Amino acid sequence: MDIPYTVKDRPDTGLYNGKLGVWLFLASEVMLFGGLFSAYIFLRTGVDTWPRGADILDVPLATLNTLFLITSSVTMVMSWASLKLKDLAKFKLYAGLTLLLACAFLVVKYFEYTHKFHVGLFPSTNTFLGIYFTMTGLHVLHIIGGIIVIFYFWMPGSKMWESDPERFTNRIEIVGLYWHFVDLVWIFLFPVLYLL
Amino acid sequence: MADLTPDQVKHHVRIYVMVFVALAFLTIVTVAISYLDLGPIASVALALFVASIKGSLVACYFMHLIDEKITIYWTLLITVAMFMVLLFVPLSTLLDHTQY
Amino acid sequence: MSTDHHKESFLTKYIFSTDHKIIGLQYGITSLVWLLFGFMLMMIMRYQLAYPESPIPFVGALLGESGILPSEMYNSLGAMHGTIMIFLGVVPLAFGAFGNYFLPLQIGTIDMAFPKLNAASYWIYFLGSVVMVIGFFVPGGAANSGWTSYPPLADIATMGQTVWLFGMVFLITSSLLGSVNILVTVIQLRAEGMTWMKLPIFTWTQFITAFLLLLAFPPLEAAGILQLMDRLVGTSFFMPSGLVVSGEILKYTGGGSPLLWQHLFWFLAHPEVYVLILPAFGIVTEIVANNTRKPIWGYKSMVYAMVFLGFMSFIVWAHHMYLTGMGTSIGAFFQTTTMIISIPSVVILTTLFLSLWGGSIRFNTPMLFALGFIPMFGIGGLTGLPLGLAAADIHLHDTYYVIGHFHYVVAPGTIFALFAGIYYWFPKMTGKRTNETLGKLHFFFSFIFMNGVFMPMFVQGLAGVSRRLWDGGEIYAHAADVLYLNEVMSVSAWLLGLAQIFFIANMIISLRGKKTGEVNPWGATTIEWTDTTSPPLGHGNFEIVPNVYRGPYEYNVPGADKDFTPQSEKG
Repeated sequence: MDIPYTVKDRPDTGLYNGKLGVWLFLASEVMLFGGLFSAYIFLRTGVDTWPRGADILDVPLATLNTLFLITSSVTMVMSWASLKLKDLAKFKLYAGLTLLLACAFLVVKYFEYTHKFHVGLFPSTNTFLGIYFTMTGLHVLHIIGGIIVIFYFWMPGSKMWESDPERFTNRIEIVGLYWHFVDLVWIFLFPVLYLL
Repeated sequence: MADLTPDQVKHHVRIYVMVFVALAFLTIVTVAISYLDLGPIASVALALFVASIKGSLVACYFMHLIDEKITIYWTLLITVAMFMVLLFVPLSTLLDHTQY
Repeated sequence: MSTDHHKESFLTKYIFSTDHKIIGLQYGITSLVWLLFGFMLMMIMRYQLAYPESPIPFVGALLGESGILPSEMYNSLGAMHGTIMIFLGVVPLAFGAFGNYFLPLQIGTIDMAFPKLNAASYWIYFLGSVVMVIGFFVPGGAANSGWTSYPPLADIATMGQTVWLFGMVFLITSSLLGSVNILVTVIQLRAEGMTWMKLPIFTWTQFITAFLLLLAFPPLEAAGILQLMDRLVGTSFFMPSGLVVSGEILKYTGGGSPLLWQHLFWFLAHPEVYVLILPAFGIVTEIVANNTRKPIWGYKSMVYAMVFLGFMSFIVWAHHMYLTGMGTSIGAFFQTTTMIISIPSVVILTTLFLSLWGGSIRFNTPMLFALGFIPMFGIGGLTGLPLGLAAADIHLHDTYYVIGHFHYVVAPGTIFALFAGIYYWFPKMTGKRTNETLGKLHFFFSFIFMNGVFMPMFVQGLAGVSRRLWDGGEIYAHAADVLYLNEVMSVSAWLLGLAQIFFIANMIISLRGKKTGEVNPWGATTIEWTDTTSPPLGHGNFEIVPNVYRGPYEYNVPGADKDFTPQSEKG
């Protein structure tokens, strides 16, 4: 006896277990970032003055980062589509591109952060910077987590393609859902912190 | 989602590319409108409106939400409702402060 | 479960098992140990309250030179008692232990949806609990700002608070992973024929609880991150400008809000109390149906009430914050939602009560605890009403009245239900029977002393005695007339502790007893009793995975030819 619906969809829900699991996990992540967005709203409304994001933060760099992440979302879903077309080489190409773009995002963030520290701007300097570093920091942790998982499936984990291709494809779909969510958070984080 | 023919996948891929172009365009729009001097409420509303469109595109097409059945929709509906509560109710306690 | 039987080492079979029954037992044993530990912390506190500044017997040597409990340590014991009982004790037992062990059996499946994730959840919980307790050993001792960890105090408190925050991160992670598992298991893995309205109430409660944990815990995690940033990096999320402590101006940038913490904390902590009570409702319902030999009155009402309760639980939280200066409009909003949420609780309690009518009641140990639960939860719930009304709460907030209220719902409430569940399902888990005499002694003495501890708290609270006072109110004139009750409560607490020896002895004796060979000694209808052995089969639970044909409580249904009909019996 095996646990049902690990690979095949359950008819009435149209889902296999892993996909439902990751959507539920993403629901909890919405509430996690929601807590921080709520904190941002609460703190900003509670004070008379609040700096303009564009005055302190680097908008062009962040715009570049936004484009990096959006592109990585496309390459991620393309890597899944490649598996659907039974093309492992294409999968590896697109997954590799996703990793590259994710690392590029991290590099940009590294430069952003170190520049801030260099000119004496720290999380403790004021509440705006505090919430900026915390929210983008948590987001960076999520990017790193995604990189680790995508790398695993790109390299050692891709062995599963030989033994159970359908299950492997589902795993990539699930990873993709997580990755798109990380992109989604940035889509909201970027205007809120940098532009408003 | 499990049994897609190669042609269906290629159709999906075409959609992904179109969504990507839309997202890139909307990113430029996001930055551009931030230079307009619209006042606080309008800028916030507009920025969030554009972000919501981008987010919906990612959710519906990259995350295949548009193909999903009711279970996921229920989960998301409840989550979004709670998210809205979390975002706006604490704020309302702040705004409704008793004045002595 | 698989056709190939891999050789299992002791490590993979018992320590890092992915079998939901072993994991359930791991959660169960660990949480019972923590419940006992949390209870002992309280017994120390109660000595200080009964005999202020007297040396504490037995453990006095550990506490300081004179053996007296210092006030800072009293605060630590208080904060840790609450934290340990809730997050290390009750929830892991009610949700992690009972949920993991019995939910897959009740819905007729072979394991949880994600067995490896399940094992990870347990070990993360275990790690988190160890981290929490390490707090006692760091300079300054364990967290001492209340289990509610309010800033600014918690922001500037000793190192133990940082340890508490890290512990909470582990515990929240464990909870979230467990919730995902329960939700997917119920949605995807129900046996053929097990429709939503045929689910046993126990399963419904676990399902709703999982939803509450999934959506309510993350904002506390966010708050925890913010408080860690305040403590470790020097941000001012919760620190208002211009704070002066002990004559010194604190070096923070300011601009933060202590209220923000309260909102994020209570956004979790209110649904958390429904997490504490829902599994108890579920267990009591199973036992009441079984021991009245008739179906539950109002199954549908109960389900709708519980679902409604789950939703409402997210929009009442600021009734913990009535005294924070919020305006009357928003105060009225929360008062209204709070009054509304009492309705489903009343519906549930009423259906349980009405289920007794016309029943053929068997007064065995599980049923005694279940019957005890009903009035005790009634008292707890009713005493919550004045607290939910903002005007009355002005007088009762932060007094012993609150402590009496919430302990009534959790202690002779939930914990009685959990004991009921242990006695009820003991034969299923072990194939053996518990001793009824010891069980009845455990119940009667626990019932008496629970009331001895918590009833006087309402009296003290109404007299105005504040909570979290190291001297039990001795310094205040308005407490003078009710001070004698401190000794009454403390003696009751120690006798309550002694009464648990009946339980511990019963467990040890019964575990060493012989297997009875009975698979379903209570004559129950639900699948975990009728379609698998006692204890259940190691891998895969069922020889043949059952199909479900009928509702969960077909006891003495008119027209049926027998006393009870299993869910899996064809119509």
